[in-house]
Amino acid sequence: MELSYFAIIIGAIFVNNVVLAQFLGICPFLGVSSKVDTSLGMGAAVTFVMALASIVAWSIQEFILVPLHIEYMQTIVFILVIAALVQMVEIVLKKVSPSLYQALGIFLPLITTNCAVLGVAILMIQKEFNLLQSFTYSVSTAVGFALALVIFAGIRERLELDDMPKAMQGIPISLIVAAILAMAFMGFSGLV
Amino acid sequence: MNKLQIVLSGILKNNPTFVLVLGMCPTLGTTTSAINGMGMGVATMAVLIMSNLVISLIKNFIPDKVRIPAFIVVIASFVTIIQMLMQAYVPSLYASLGVFIPLIVVNCIILGRAEAFASKNGPIDSILDGVGIGIGFTLSLTAIGAVREVLGSGAIFGYSLGIADYMPLVFVLAPGAFLVLGYLMVLFNKLAKK
Amino acid sequence: MKSTLFNMVAVLFTITLIASAGVGAVNMITEEPIAAAKAQATTEAVANVLPAFDNNEVQEQEIDGMSIKVYTAMNASGVVGYAVESMTKNGFGGAIRMMVGFLPDGKIYNVNVLEQVETPGLGTKMCDEGNALISSIKDKDADEIKFSVKKDGGELDALTAATISSRAYYDAVARAHQAFLVASGQKSEADGVTSATATSENNEGEAAQKGGENE
Repeated sequence: MELSYFAIIIGAIFVNNVVLAQFLGICPFLGVSSKVDTSLGMGAAVTFVMALASIVAWSIQEFILVPLHIEYMQTIVFILVIAALVQMVEIVLKKVSPSLYQALGIFLPLITTNCAVLGVAILMIQKEFNLLQSFTYSVSTAVGFALALVIFAGIRERLELDDMPKAMQGIPISLIVAAILAMAFMGFSGLV
Repeated sequence: MNKLQIVLSGILKNNPTFVLVLGMCPTLGTTTSAINGMGMGVATMAVLIMSNLVISLIKNFIPDKVRIPAFIVVIASFVTIIQMLMQAYVPSLYASLGVFIPLIVVNCIILGRAEAFASKNGPIDSILDGVGIGIGFTLSLTAIGAVREVLGSGAIFGYSLGIADYMPLVFVLAPGAFLVLGYLMVLFNKLAKK
Repeated sequence: MKSTLFNMVAVLFTITLIASAGVGAVNMITEEPIAAAKAQATTEAVANVLPAFDNNEVQEQEIDGMSIKVYTAMNASGVVGYAVESMTKNGFGGAIRMMVGFLPDGKIYNVNVLEQVETPGLGTKMCDEGNALISSIKDKDADEIKFSVKKDGGELDALTAATISSRAYYDAVARAHQAFLVASGQKSEADGVTSATATSENNEGEAAQKGGENE
């Protein structure tokens, strides 16, 4: 049975949320998400790069790596492609739309080391998705990432005002909040 | 810096998990059991030591502007090599660590150490730094894995303690990962203060 | 070192070249062990689900767009059984692969899950020995089993809190059964297996009323 697109979308956003269930992209999740605005910016930048990367990575896998039987070069090729892509997006954006560049620019360099981008590229190949499925999957994953980031930022804006033991401040309490959020997302289990 | 100090600082003062808070993705994703955490730690350590060594050797030949891409190529090659070796000789461990093996490439610890240490120090010191940080990472992952395994599935290193039925399963699921890491970090902070 | 266009390109090119050569070399060394490890895993999996045998033949079928391998195991006196490497895409975490052993008379001898990405502690129980899934079909005649869980009106047990994983498990076993029927010559063409999914869809409204179900 082919996975329906609807199942891919709901699965990637809610059920197997990239941050809260698959543990990809934790670094920006913990590092960036202290303000709702910046989280939205980061989410948008990741969505943009992931959508592009999925198309490029899929094409490379299908038309270069598999025909040449060098699938084992996958990791190296994908990370280089993503790094190059991020650079290119940065340059193009600067020329074409300075206002968008202003909004997303500072997040772009961070994306190269966002393991969610590479992770999604590898996972969609593993799941043997076709091009359209891969694209759907990566965009939905990115939306899931943005969703988790924004929700988390909203909670953290409040946390900063709270009084708590010194040893708990900062990252530890964030992780514990993330645990509760992950539990909430487990409620989506079984949707697809 | 004293050679021993380099190693020790990686384990305690610069512990990658609890102090530097780097490499969170594999830390959370692979620690469903002590043995998985340990496997991931050792694989990361191997890549870290090799990449630190190579980068410290070639640092003088790399133009500044392409430093990061050059480092990434070196790291990605070692990750691929480790990936193939694991597939060949420990296929079951490879299967259980899944996508996190290729993702060692984007583990911030490795690029971070390449940038912060190996590109400024000699080969011997860089290896020692890799050993220290690697051991620190492995110990942290094993500890988290052990706590989750005991609390979630009532076993340790795969040996059942016979209490599995009374244990809250949630610890081996996603929320447990965040929870255990969060509280271990609190504990680490408390002990480090003294 | 100062960056000029020439040295940047030259250095990156050299590093990439050396790196690819290194990776390629390791690939040549490990290619055989990897293939051997995979082959051994398959042999062990076949041996695991069938009584002792001397040799086996492989045959490939396609059911529901998935490739299913059938290993026909033989000894001096004839066919000992059929091991079917079946799969389903309906698992909770994705695809599940398993080896199902059938005796020539259609009895299910054993089932061994090869690959799964189910939730640890819930769906992963399908790999445990003597779990609810395997005990409800083991040593039974596959021709007489209706492959659906009790929740969907069937007669088979499901894992606690892992209904979707259980359905997927039986879905793969049912597909293995179809492949077995063809391999053993009882049928000329395999039917697609849709029963498990069809019932689960019918059941969705009911499940939602119960406040959703686990896995």
